[in-house]
Amino acid sequence: MENGGAAGKIVGLVVVLVVACALPFAMSGFRVFQFTQVYIYAIALLGLNILTGYNGQISLGHGAFYAIGAYTTAIMIDKWNIGYGWTIPTAGILCLVVGFLFGRPALRLEGLYLALATFSLALAVPQILKYFEHWTGGSQGIVLSKPKAPWRLPLSEDQWLYFLTLVILIVLFVLAQNLLRSRTGRAIVAIRDNHIAAEAMGINSALYKSVVFGVSAAYTGVAGALSGIAIAFVAPDSFNIFLSITLLTGIVIGGLATISGAIFGALFIQFVPNWAQEISKAAPWAIFGIFLIVFMYVMPHGIAGFLRLAWIRMTRSAVTGRKAAGEARS
Amino acid sequence: MNRPKRFLALLVALGVVALAGVGGVAAQTVVGVTATEIKIGNTNPYSGPASAYGTIGKALGAYFKKVNDEGGINGRKINYISLDDQYSPPKTVEMIRRLVEQDQVAFVFQPLGTPPNSAIHKYMNEKKVPQLFVATGATKWNDPKNFPWTMGFQPNYQTEGRIYAAYILKNVPDAKVGILYQNDDYGKDYLKGFEDGLGEAAKKVVVLKQSYEVTDPTIDSQIVNLKNSGANVFFNITIPKFAVQAIKKANDIGWKPLHFLNNVSSSLGTVLKPAGLEASKGLITALYMKEITDPQWKNDKGFLDWVTWMKKYYPEGALDDQSNAYAYNVAILVTHVLKQCGNDLSRENIMKQAASVKNLELPLLLPGIKVNTGPADFAPVEQEQLAKFNGEIWATFGEIIDASKK
Repeated sequence: MENGGAAGKIVGLVVVLVVACALPFAMSGFRVFQFTQVYIYAIALLGLNILTGYNGQISLGHGAFYAIGAYTTAIMIDKWNIGYGWTIPTAGILCLVVGFLFGRPALRLEGLYLALATFSLALAVPQILKYFEHWTGGSQGIVLSKPKAPWRLPLSEDQWLYFLTLVILIVLFVLAQNLLRSRTGRAIVAIRDNHIAAEAMGINSALYKSVVFGVSAAYTGVAGALSGIAIAFVAPDSFNIFLSITLLTGIVIGGLATISGAIFGALFIQFVPNWAQEISKAAPWAIFGIFLIVFMYVMPHGIAGFLRLAWIRMTRSAVTGRKAAGEARS
Repeated sequence: MNRPKRFLALLVALGVVALAGVGGVAAQTVVGVTATEIKIGNTNPYSGPASAYGTIGKALGAYFKKVNDEGGINGRKINYISLDDQYSPPKTVEMIRRLVEQDQVAFVFQPLGTPPNSAIHKYMNEKKVPQLFVATGATKWNDPKNFPWTMGFQPNYQTEGRIYAAYILKNVPDAKVGILYQNDDYGKDYLKGFEDGLGEAAKKVVVLKQSYEVTDPTIDSQIVNLKNSGANVFFNITIPKFAVQAIKKANDIGWKPLHFLNNVSSSLGTVLKPAGLEASKGLITALYMKEITDPQWKNDKGFLDWVTWMKKYYPEGALDDQSNAYAYNVAILVTHVLKQCGNDLSRENIMKQAASVKNLELPLLLPGIKVNTGPADFAPVEQEQLAKFNGEIWATFGEIIDASKK
């Protein structure tokens, strides 16, 4: 049974991967762009989920790291003419450092107080961006050019960005998976579940918490950098407080403390607001709210949790079914 | 078939091929237009921080409904698709790409806001899709050389700033100017136009500049600082909420400078009345539209037509919201352009006709102000007139100032 499940999982992953690679050739440029956005959100959501889902630190300010990532890329490309490929890891590392430094003082804050502190970060960053007008272009923002596919690949700009994002997404997901399944990952979860017990077992709670904050910020920063490249424009209005709340919504809907939840959450925050608008122009957010409530009611553990539960029930009923059939035969 | 005939046949055949080739080169891109329909795309902030402007997008739709009820344009009905972008540039890019690539609109009309339009500026010009009459007062939309597919609409903020500067240089010999501005592109555009207009004198004349953030609760302390600076001229670059506070506060603390109020906040209904008509006496602004809350227009034909239309097609819209008058003007302008296109509704021709509007009067522009565009002039409305508030109405004075003639 165990082996069957693992094999099924691998087959499932391969199918998803094949579909993901085929998508950009079957869809219009606009749809390819939308799915690139989904992957970008997914990276940001995974980052936030490591912090909030696995480590139990609530952040209402990840839009700030998203913005820092996007601006790092934009400034490096626009002011210093650096190739966009270099700007993505730079954005990640910068956010790692900023996140770690922010995580240190934030250690003293727990739960809702931390949420408020990060909230202030999200509020402050757009204004700080305006202040350094020489670098950031103020509220006018910075206009970039979309990168063309390198090595003469026969891909459109949209398709190239799609694959670039997909590859980065896979690498970051594998890294996150390895991190969370390791000793470190168990320590991270232990701190969330009971930090006193964790410390009693010799886990350096303060260090772990700040490192997790840094890693989480780095993921979100990479997502921000990719978003800057994909949109080809950054401005303070792109990173208002609503972005941070949207990200938090995404991980809760997708499934807290699950890796696949980031993808489902990203699909939700990308497409559901658009559907809501199709249903009612007058009150799209009321419709969005109804969607949210329905999802939370039907799937209290998020989409990923729901699917896992459904999968377990299905396989279990298959097993009991087989057993019953065997008994009947004997 | 003898030889000459065969030769002739060959020539004719070649000619046909050549003609076809020429035809191919000159072929125009017609997208979003059928025998019965013209598809127009738009983005507006129906939700989010700037949703107060969303009424413009709704009013545009209401005007097209009127056009359709009256038989459309050359027999074609307008199919107006307006999407919510929340004033968020990434969302604007997504929505505009949907309109252009999926809905296949003929052109994009009146997307709102400077950052959202900046985000799609390059894209529209690469795709060669008209980005017509954008709803922002930034200066960069009038750049036909580099961006031949983008056109602005209203007079830009810099122009208006320059008009005030010229007035001060000419009429206020001992000017000491205090400035209050919103700390974003809108405020800074005004500031730049104003300081450019003052030129060399700016350093001497401007005694204090104060700024505020759009999220600030109040600007009282800035006003006090400006008073204490000894300024006798006040250039007030604020949106309505803060304009009310500024006028009130200046009056309360007994500061009576020559007060220039930017056009953005010139509404009687939403600014001057709440601030107090007595306190507002003597304000100077530059106008290009009729202020719909100004009683001097209550029997004006343009105004009455607008009210009739509002009541029939957009009854839920506010009759004291200048945005609805703005939308009415620009919707009439685009309808005019489409009529002028005749049966050639290619994107090239739409752009060409938009750039050949001559002396068009719109019902809610000030008398004498006309829309003019040309191949090198992508700024449709460039005239303004100064007006002084006399306690009841905005009384225009002086000549109509034409920014394009400078």
